[in-house]
Parts: sequence; C-alpha cells; structure tokens
Amino acid sequence: MTTMLETYSTVTGADVIRHLQQLAELLKGKTVVHVNSTRVGGGVAEILDKLVPLTRELGIDTRWEVITGDSDFYQCTKGMHNAIQGNRITIPDALLNHFLEVNEQNANQLRAVLEEADFVFIHDPQPVALLKYCTNRKGKWIWRCHIDASHPHRRTWRFLDRFVRDYEASIFSLPQFVQMLPHSSYIIPPSIDPLSDKNVDLTQDELDAVQARFSIDRDAPMIAQISRFDRFKDPVGVIEAYKLAKKYIPTLQLVLAGGSATDDPEGEVVLDEVRNAAGDDPNIKVLQLPPDAHRTINALQRLADIVLQKSTKEGFGLTVTEALWKGKPVIGGDTGGIRLQVINFHTGFLVNTPEGAALRIRYLFNQKQKMLEMGVKSKEFIRENFLLTRQLREYLTLMVSLQHGAVDRIELS
Amino acid sequence: MNAMNDAPETGIPPFVLKDCALIAIATNKRASTLKEFRYHLDNLSPDSLYYHFWANLLLPRFEEREYINDFASWVRHGLSDTKLAEQLAVLDPTSFSDMEELRYHLLEYIDDRLEESEYLQWMYAVQRFEFIRSQIVVFNTRTELNEPREMLDLISTMSVSSIFYHFIDARRRTLNKVDDFRQWLAFFGESYQPLIDQLTGIDPYFSTLVELRQQLATTFQNYFAERVS
Repeated sequence: MTTMLETYSTVTGADVIRHLQQLAELLKGKTVVHVNSTRVGGGVAEILDKLVPLTRELGIDTRWEVITGDSDFYQCTKGMHNAIQGNRITIPDALLNHFLEVNEQNANQLRAVLEEADFVFIHDPQPVALLKYCTNRKGKWIWRCHIDASHPHRRTWRFLDRFVRDYEASIFSLPQFVQMLPHSSYIIPPSIDPLSDKNVDLTQDELDAVQARFSIDRDAPMIAQISRFDRFKDPVGVIEAYKLAKKYIPTLQLVLAGGSATDDPEGEVVLDEVRNAAGDDPNIKVLQLPPDAHRTINALQRLADIVLQKSTKEGFGLTVTEALWKGKPVIGGDTGGIRLQVINFHTGFLVNTPEGAALRIRYLFNQKQKMLEMGVKSKEFIRENFLLTRQLREYLTLMVSLQHGAVDRIELS
Repeated sequence: MNAMNDAPETGIPPFVLKDCALIAIATNKRASTLKEFRYHLDNLSPDSLYYHFWANLLLPRFEEREYINDFASWVRHGLSDTKLAEQLAVLDPTSFSDMEELRYHLLEYIDDRLEESEYLQWMYAVQRFEFIRSQIVVFNTRTELNEPREMLDLISTMSVSSIFYHFIDARRRTLNKVDDFRQWLAFFGESYQPLIDQLTGIDPYFSTLVELRQQLATTFQNYFAERVS
C-alpha cells in the first residue's frame, strides 16, 4: 500500500481501501482522462485534485486536463450553468459559436491524449463539445454533470443535448437531475476529501489566528455561510435570516465568506448586493477569500456554531458535506443534494425562506445539547457515505460496468 | 450461483469470499401520483425491483429506516398514506418465489388501496418517486475459508459491500433464500445449527452495513467463546 492510500485508510478504514484496490485490479492497463475548465476554485477542481492522484496510486494511468478560454467563453458557460439550473437566459448565437470555437481549439491541443484514452470524463458543460472534435476516439466518453439539471432552460439544454447524446454514458448527482438521453445515466453523488486543507483537522492555534484575523468574538454565537457569491446560494436571504434571528439573539455574528473561481464572472455583482444588504452591521463579516484559502474556510466552518447553505438551487452542496464532516448542524435550502444530506432534527434543518432559517437558528441556539448530538451524528453520516473514496469506488465501478455492457449483474472470476 | 466453489470429492467446499460494487442508473421513470406509480411498477424491470428492495441498502441513508423498502417509504412520506405504507413495508422478497410474484403482491396492495381511497386517485405526492435500476459488479477477493472458526478473524475486516453480497444479496441468489454464511455452515451438518439459528435472528433491514458487520462479528465471537467454555 502506498502512502496516500495508507493515509486515507486511517480515516475510512483499511477495508475501504482494500476494496478500491481490488476494483482497480479489474482496470489495470487502462488509461483515464478527466477534463474540466479550472484547476482552482469550485467543487469539481477540489475533487479532481485528489481523485486523480488517488486513482493513479491504485495503478490506473490517470490524467487531469484543463481547457482554457477567454472571458467571452466563460460568460457563455456561466450563462449555460445558470440556464441548466433553470434561469431563462438566452445565450446569443455569437457566444454559442465562440463556445464551439474554444472547444475546437482545446480539442486541437488535447486530441492525442483524448483520442487514445480508454475512458474520458468530461466535467460540466464547458468542455462538452470536445467530443465533436475528437472523431477518432477509441475509448468510452462519459459526461459528468455536477449541476442541478432538474429543470433546465430548454433552449440551452437542446444546444448541449446535441453533444451529450453522443457520449457513452452520463453521470448526474441525483436522479431528479437526470435528463432523457439515449445512453445510461448513472447516479453518483459527489464527495469531499477528508485530508484536504479544507477538511483536515486544525490546531487550536490556527483557529485562534483566524478568529483574531477577522475580529470574530469567541464568546458570541456565530453562524456562517461559506459559498460562492452567487444568487442561487441566496446570500442576501441569509442576511435576512440573520436579522430576524438577531432580535432574539442580540450578540449573533454572521460570516459570509466566498471563494472565487476563474470561471465565474458574476461573483462581483452579487458581492456588491451582499455588501449593500449587510450595511454597516459590525457583526456581519463579508469576506472575499482567494481560491486557495482552504484552511481559512476550514477554520471558519469550525468556528461557526451553525453552518447555513440557504441555496435556492444546488447541484449537490459540498459545503454542506464539509460542514457536517466538521460536526456542525446545517440549515440548508430544501433543494437538490442538500436534501440528501440534511435530515431534519438529525443533521440539521431544511428551510425554504429566510423566516424558516431564522426559526431554526433560534431553535438550535436554545437546544445546545441537540446541536452537539447532531454534530456527532453528522460526522459519522459523512464518513460512511460522502467521502472521496466512495465516489472513486463508483467511478471505478462505472468503468468496469461500461466495459461489460448493459447487463444488470457482472460476475468476474 | 453462490459463494462456494463446487464441492471437492472429499468434503465441504471452502467459503469463497467475494466482494461487489454497485452503481445506480436512472430509468427516467417517475411517478407523482399513486396511479403513475402503479403503472411504472407494472412495467418495471426485475433489477429495478431488486434495487428498491435490496440494493438501496448499499446507498447513503441516515440512521434507522422507518420503512424497509423505497416504495413504502415514498407512499408514507410522499403521499402520506400510512396504511398502504405499512402494507408495502411488510413485503419481504425472500417470501416469494421470484420477482414477478413480489410484483404481483405489490400491485394487489396498491389496487386495493386505490379502490378504497378516493383521494389517492388524484393526489399529487410532495416529491416524485424516481425509479432506479442498478448494475452490480461481483469479484473474487482470492480469500477462501475452510473452517467456520476462521470467520472470527475475517468478518470484522470485510468491506461493507462484501457483507452486503454475502448476507443480503445471497438471499436473492441461493436456493433456500438464505445468506451465504448459513448456507455454508449447513454443509457441516448439525454441528453449527445453534450458530445458524443465531444468524437467522439478525434482521438485515434495520441496521447500516457497518452495524450489520459488527452484529455478525459479535455473533461469531460469542458462539465460539461459548463453545470453548
């Protein structure tokens, strides 16, 4: 067993790692390529950052390629992202044509690698059209959708569907997100890396330093939402909830911290809206953190008594998973993958409005013992279900499954 | 199909430790009302039925389950119909000769309830039911046991998916619809009947697989400890 796997076994248990090794044996000699649009920032990059080297350690030749694009390209893909989540956005034809040009340019760069690979995982819409320009591909291509596609804006989906339908398979995070496609659509929820800077245990000194840096009062109750400044995350709704709860908990503090990703041009606009809503309340900290501030985010989640993720649309909600892993109850929007993780009175509460969030904030601060019990349960729930090793296992299973066709039971000697 | 190799001429076959990995696949079949649910159920593939009764045990879930299959759970939480939920929850696939018989009984309960309750004819569920199917990959771990006592060291190190394969999936594969442990112990004649009886008492539906592994390990440990004393 190699070092990285050994380290993971201390968190997941040796049986989990042995299981991965045995599955990987079935894929010896295969080559795998993952493609996405950013190496830093956002849940996809965070997962690939560990998933790729871990797969390599299991003896499977695995690469991670990142496509590049200009601001028009990202403007287009941000529009696609929002449209897949249901916003009625009409992307101009000129931008869609540019989207194809950028995919073709990237295909020219990556063609040799992509056409030779046995398995190619294309993450999200940005690189989806690469397949169109790799006409001599020999392997199986899988489109991995990390977005809540339950009610996509039809015009945008029709555009993407032209490419997605030619893949051998697709992956969605929840069955509710699956669109009608002519191939198998696998259901694989994402996961977190327990050993990444964002999730690893921190020392008290490090927590104290972050507390001091952002002038957080250690004796006052604190709630936090750690998420991109994006309207679907409803940061303004979180401020409303805070204001409602503050009437009953006068010393309440709110931290709204967002990273930024290179493929998100809308963040600044939303950030301005958030600052306006926060006004001059000294107990609201609006923090814009650099994409590599993982340990700071980790510390903020640990410093919070309750973590919020009041999204109105959510792919899966990895920030929820992260908070639960740190033993924090989560008040989350009743949407997408948050529903899979937040179970009322067990790991937190699902809410639909700022008023609902405020009510649950008040409840938890009045039931401290309940809050602690939820924290213990939450951590074990994530350990069993939402760590990186589970997602890797499902990717390996999917690849074995694609090798053996559409039978429901594959018996290997 | 079972976990044992063909019996050698001289004696009892070894227990061949296998493992599995399961992956969920969407069917694009969804139901918002009990009538839609019934329609899809009537046409559902056997592997999808299998998934909603058994394979879901390998998927994320929180604490104890109120109902032991997805159908009963949806009827309770999606349609708020406790009566039908209770009736569906009691269905145990091992009680039926095959999936078609199980399907027949599911439909019987639903038809009866649709007849007796007017509101269920038109009521929309708060959440749609998503029918899922699954693919299961089974592989050999290259571990074989010859003596039941060897289970003492093995069980606590087994992966949860291996526990699933031998203790739950086996009930679909084996002739007598029992788990692989009991099937193998039966080769030893009456010697291990008390242990077989104890294993029969473990209900796989109400624990997580981690808890189930612990229950099995404890059962074997207690049995052999008593045998020594």
